Amino acid sequence: MSIFNPPARWIEAPHGFERVWMGIALAWCMVLSVAMPYWHFTGKQTSSGEAYTLEPGQFEARIARFIEANKVGERNYVPIVQPPPGSDIYLIGRNWQWTPILKLKKGVEYRLHTSSGDYQHGFSLLPMNMNFQVVPGYDHVITFTPAETGEFNIICNEFCGAGHHQMTGLIIVEE
Amino acid sequence: MGNMKPEKMRVCATTGLPVCLNAELFIKLNAVFGVVSLLIGAVAAILLALTRWETVALLDPVDYYMVISLHGLNMLIFWILFMEMAILYFASTTLLNSRNFNNLLSWGQFALMLVGMVMVNYSVLAGRASVTMTSYVPLRAEQEFYLGMILFAVGALLGTVNFFGGLYIAKRDKTYKGAIPLVVFGALAAAIIAVFTIVHGAIVLIPTWLWSLGVLESPPDAVWYRLIWWALGHCSQQINVCAMVAVWYFLATLTTGAKPLNQTVCRFAFLLYILFINLASAHHLLVDPAVSAGWKMWNTSYALYLAVMASMIHGFTVPASVEVAGRKKGMGGLFGWLTKAPWKDPGFSAFFLSLVIFGFGGGITGVTLGTHQINIIAHNTLRIPGHFHVTVAGGTTLAFMGLAYYVVPLIFRREYSFKAFARLQPYIFGFGISLMAIGMTLAGSLGVPRRHPDIDFTGAKIVADLGDAAPFLAMLGIGGVIAATGALIFVLLTVHAVFLGKSNKGRAMESWQTPEQSKLTANLISTKWSPNEPGLKPKGTVVLTFIFLASFAVYYFSNWKALIDVWPVK
Repeated sequence: MSIFNPPARWIEAPHGFERVWMGIALAWCMVLSVAMPYWHFTGKQTSSGEAYTLEPGQFEARIARFIEANKVGERNYVPIVQPPPGSDIYLIGRNWQWTPILKLKKGVEYRLHTSSGDYQHGFSLLPMNMNFQVVPGYDHVITFTPAETGEFNIICNEFCGAGHHQMTGLIIVEE
Repeated sequence: MGNMKPEKMRVCATTGLPVCLNAELFIKLNAVFGVVSLLIGAVAAILLALTRWETVALLDPVDYYMVISLHGLNMLIFWILFMEMAILYFASTTLLNSRNFNNLLSWGQFALMLVGMVMVNYSVLAGRASVTMTSYVPLRAEQEFYLGMILFAVGALLGTVNFFGGLYIAKRDKTYKGAIPLVVFGALAAAIIAVFTIVHGAIVLIPTWLWSLGVLESPPDAVWYRLIWWALGHCSQQINVCAMVAVWYFLATLTTGAKPLNQTVCRFAFLLYILFINLASAHHLLVDPAVSAGWKMWNTSYALYLAVMASMIHGFTVPASVEVAGRKKGMGGLFGWLTKAPWKDPGFSAFFLSLVIFGFGGGITGVTLGTHQINIIAHNTLRIPGHFHVTVAGGTTLAFMGLAYYVVPLIFRREYSFKAFARLQPYIFGFGISLMAIGMTLAGSLGVPRRHPDIDFTGAKIVADLGDAAPFLAMLGIGGVIAATGALIFVLLTVHAVFLGKSNKGRAMESWQTPEQSKLTANLISTKWSPNEPGLKPKGTVVLTFIFLASFAVYYFSNWKALIDVWPVK
């Protein structure tokens, strides 16, 4: 009984199906364990966690330079930038807006530097549902390749205060 | 008996087990405030469900963020930890034939947890701490929020000290022979993990509190905070897992007379929890900056998934013990032990539904979402609450509800009234929570974020829309209302029983089962028999475990397939 003291010699090897099941469970756990490193080296999607610490104001200054150098327009007062294909690109989450709007080329790899100007944010690219954490004080580098053309929303999926539900952004991908 | 003075104990008229009256007082106090927390959490749950159900959209965003903070803290921290304290008092006294270790320590435990709970709830309800349960810096709550959390944690730590002390005096006074019972072993595993958890809570919350007071100029580093906070946040859920499994074994014995097939295997599985389950905290940092891919993979695998193996072991041994007990009673066929089980006993139905919902729902989704790369299509979406509502609510909470249907008659010595509602309640709650979790999971697969009051992004500068998810959010809303109704029925029945229920002092509790069923169960508990007799093989459970494994593999690999459609990213 589970509520009474076990018999004096309670240590015994598992037998019968219990033993078989433990073997099956262990084998399945090994499949699960191998899957992650296997995909890390052979698959196309993973999270490397590449990041650099930032001084206060450093990332805001970098964003300002990036927008000034590459701005091609505006939508609803949010700047649209078109950086050189394959370059390092920058995105900041702050005050309930992802800035700037990024205009990218399909099939080209970009190094996206993201950070926050205030609280923690969640970079969530729709509709493919690609999610990364954005943390103040850290430049999180997400290296990605747009695979299709069109307009893709970024929303924020980490609670960041009273305007969290209004926080959006945009990536435009062209041929 | 044992080391108890005769005037400080009583013998249970139903089970014949000794009950230390001091421990009984603290079981009652903690259980009452656990149920109060559940009540607050359930009211909040209805408001949240009706907000995310787009056609109702009840709360405005500011209220929503406040209510979601209230709901998370009361359900995940207060309800669960008060109940776990009650379990620790029970396991270290009645099951060891021993007395409570130290009453002063117990009063300290209870008083600190109560003060902490009141401070935190005040802070949240006054709109001073709408930071959600995680309270990620640099979001800042008012100082009494952090102080309340710290006091609550210190109280819980005193409770574990009292538990360890209880084990020590029972051993010293030789109140029992041989090894401790399996349920006490499970409670011990939970208490060990609790110490680890609470220490991390102190490490992360004390500097945050000092910052909120203005003593420290800047908040803790945000990445450091996430790392340490999750050693509190996720590990506290692992205490729940341990306590829930211990309750499964307990209710299986009480309601069916089940006996573990192999004590070594069950204890080994608890040992694996203690050693490896804490690493699961890394599940929350899988798409974080500043932690490497190698660190993510090793930790999220709980070191080669040995803690998952532990759950798969319990997932076999618990139903197998019920099946063997059924066969011993003469229930034949592959599933006679299930069709003839005491489904009208809410202690049994809550326990068995908890086992199924936790295993098929929570376990499979948890391991899949916690896979390093698959987390890219799940992090912070509604798939995450879709997972943990079928572990903590459909699993732990439902098991604790089943426990209450025995704790109230045996410890409070009051009978439940309106028994027909009590018999139905686990089904209402289990169905509602499962429907809600499926709605959450489907909506989350479309990218709907968690902790977000709407999907039309009203007021945003750049329009966005997740309208396709509306039917799934309706499922969430309807399921949530049904589940919260189930929880409220439980609270009403329990409060009524505790204060107005018929007293059963001096006699056995009224059985939830038919006279025939309870006689068979009582026979199994009181006679000596071996669960390994030939002819008692758990064939039905073997079939169930293979169905489980197949479901696991299908869900797991279909998620890898979904990941392939995402843009190349690293």
